[in-house]
Formats: sequence, C-alpha cells, structure tokens
Amino acid sequence: MANVRNTARPLSPHMSIWKWGPSMAASITHRVTGSGLATVGTILFVWWLVALASGPAAYACFLDLFTVKSGALNIVGYVFGIGLTYSFFQHLSTGVRHFFLDQGANFELKANKTTALLTYVAAILLTIAFWGFIIWGKTNG
Amino acid sequence: MGNGTSIGKVRGLGSAKEGAHHWWHQRLTGGANLILTLWFVLSIALLPAYDFETVRHWLAQTQVAVPLILLVIATFYHFRLGLQVVIEDYIHDEVHIVLMVLLNFFTLTTGTLAIFSILKIAFTAGAAL
Ligand code: HEM
Ligand code: HEM
Repeated sequence: MANVRNTARPLSPHMSIWKWGPSMAASITHRVTGSGLATVGTILFVWWLVALASGPAAYACFLDLFTVKSGALNIVGYVFGIGLTYSFFQHLSTGVRHFFLDQGANFELKANKTTALLTYVAAILLTIAFWGFIIWGKTNG
Repeated sequence: MGNGTSIGKVRGLGSAKEGAHHWWHQRLTGGANLILTLWFVLSIALLPAYDFETVRHWLAQTQVAVPLILLVIATFYHFRLGLQVVIEDYIHDEVHIVLMVLLNFFTLTTGTLAIFSILKIAFTAGAAL
C-alpha cells in the first residue's frame, strides 16, 4: 500500500526541526477551533434547538446545565459559553485572514506575523465585548 | 495497481478531480458563514432575555427561521468539508473510510434535527404545547 512508510528511510528534516511562531500557531488554531465548533458546538447548538422545539421542560433542562437559579451562568456555562464564543471569533478571524492568504496576499514575513497575532487580539476583544454586553450591557433593559 | 514504488503506483492515474471543487466550496460556505453567523451572534446578544417564550417567539418569525435554516445548511456543509480534510490529513488506512461514513451520518443527523426543530417552532409557536 502506498500509505505504508518504509521506516528504514529518514523523514524529511522539516518534520523535526521547527519552532513555534505566530503564523503556524494561527494555522493550527484555525484547525482546532474549526474542529471544536464542528463537534462540541454543533451538539450544543442542535440540543438547544431541539429543546426549544420540545417544550418548556426540555428547555429548562438545557438551561439548568449552564445556569444557576438566578439565571446567571454557572461554571459549566462559563467554560462552554466562553470556550465556544472564543473559538467562534478566533476561527472567524483566522478564516478571514485565510481569504487574504488564498489571494496570495499577506505572505511578507513581517505582515504575515502581524496579522497572525491580530487574529488573537480580535478574537479576545470580540469575546469580551460579547459577554460584556450580555452580562452588563442590558441591566436597564 | 502494481507493487512498485509509491510514485509508480500513482503515476498516470491523474487527480481525483474533486480537489478544486472541495476547496472552492469550503471558501463559498466560509463566506456565507461569515454573514449568517455574525447575524446570529448579534441577534442572540440583542435578545432582551433567554427564557423559553422570548426565544421561541423570536425564532418563530419568518425573517429569523429562514436565515437560521440557511445558517444550518451553510455551516454544516462547511464543517462536513472541513472535517473531511482533517480526517484525510491524519488517518491514512481503512479507518479513514469508517470515519468518513460516521462524519456523513453525524452531519446529516444533526442537520436534519436542527432544521426540523426550527420548522417545528416556526409552525407551532402560537399553538399550545
Ligand atoms: C500539529 C502541527 C501542524 C498542523 C495541524 C498543521 C496544519 C497545516 C495545515 C492544515 C496546512 C494547510 C493549510 C492550507 O491549506 O492553507 C498546513 C500547511 C503547511 N504547514 Fe503545517 N501544520 C503543522 C505543523 C507544521 C510544521 C511543524 C511545519 C514546518 C516546520 C509546517 C509547515 C507547513 C507548510 C510549509 C505548509 C504549506 C504547505 C503548502 O502550502 O503546500 N506545519 N499545515
Ligand atoms: C465565521 C465564519 C467562518 C469563516 C470565515 C470560516 C472560514 C474557513 C476557511 C477559509 C477554512 C479553510 C481553511 C483551510 O483550507 O485551511 C475553514 C475550515 C474549517 N472550518 Fe470554517 N469558517 C467559518 C465558520 C465555521 C464554523 C461555524 C464551523 C463549525 C461549525 C467551521 C468549521 C470548520 C472546519 C472544521 C474547518 C476545517 C479546518 C481545517 O481543515 O484545518 N467554520 N473555515
């Protein structure tokens, strides 16, 4: 089979000689967050929709998992809520950056590194803005 | 296929002729996701409350249910294409086929559940449960 590697042969050196940098981190983060959204995110999204379609008891059961009695998030709610929204904004930012790379733009070393770092800044700021608005933005509403 | 070298086995076979199509659809759905998911996240943030009645009434409107169904189609197709690439990158033996079948089952089951639920809410929101 073509997929069985002859272990007597050496691997290309690039497989073992490398170091972390923003560009590769952004690439891997895009993959990890995309896969997380596709699995954990999909299951929670569909569960939410099914609960909403099934009736008040099922919906209360879903909300109970993530909130305390007052309606505020519990620890599970914080971990999944913030984890998923951060993953979403991160995948969105690296995804938009990907569109530029796909056009052949932004491959200059310095610019590529800067935009890789910017995806993290954008994702963190958007996550803070989202939760800040949900928790504190509507107190008078 | 013969038992020659790796390159000998694939030489002349040509490409699978699906790569560019897959790549382009990943981008098309990526663009659709960008618009639809931003709309969804913003709308969720702007909801006055998250109790059963409020959320149901919001979701039952045509101008919410329809984009939400479009969102399900675009994102689920997008992640089905995306996870295929992830599987192909790491799994090279027969397990790859099993995982692809599971991925298709997962996507179709969750996608159908999602669209059914949205339609059910849209068609019954006014009715007693
Ligand atoms: C767990 C670690 C890694 C993951 C998950 C990963 C993932 C990926 C992915 C998904 C792509 C395709 C990107 C695209 O199609 O736009 C890619 C491309 C690439 N990766 Fe990695 N990578 C990893 C580690 C590395 C390392 C350590 C190096 C080099 C030292 C490297 C060098 C490259 C290069 C040069 C490309 C471009 C190849 C091309 O365009 O043909 N990667 N990587
Ligand atoms: C918000 C807008 C989004 C944009 C702009 C976007 C963009 C992209 C792009 C350009 C790729 C291709 C990357 C490559 O070829 O290396 C991709 C891959 C992927 N996306 Fe998205 N996406 C978005 C939302 C989502 C969502 C909501 C999910 C999950 C439900 C998701 C799951 C995935 C997965 C699993 C991959 C494959 C990752 C890989 O091959 O490394 N994406 N996305």
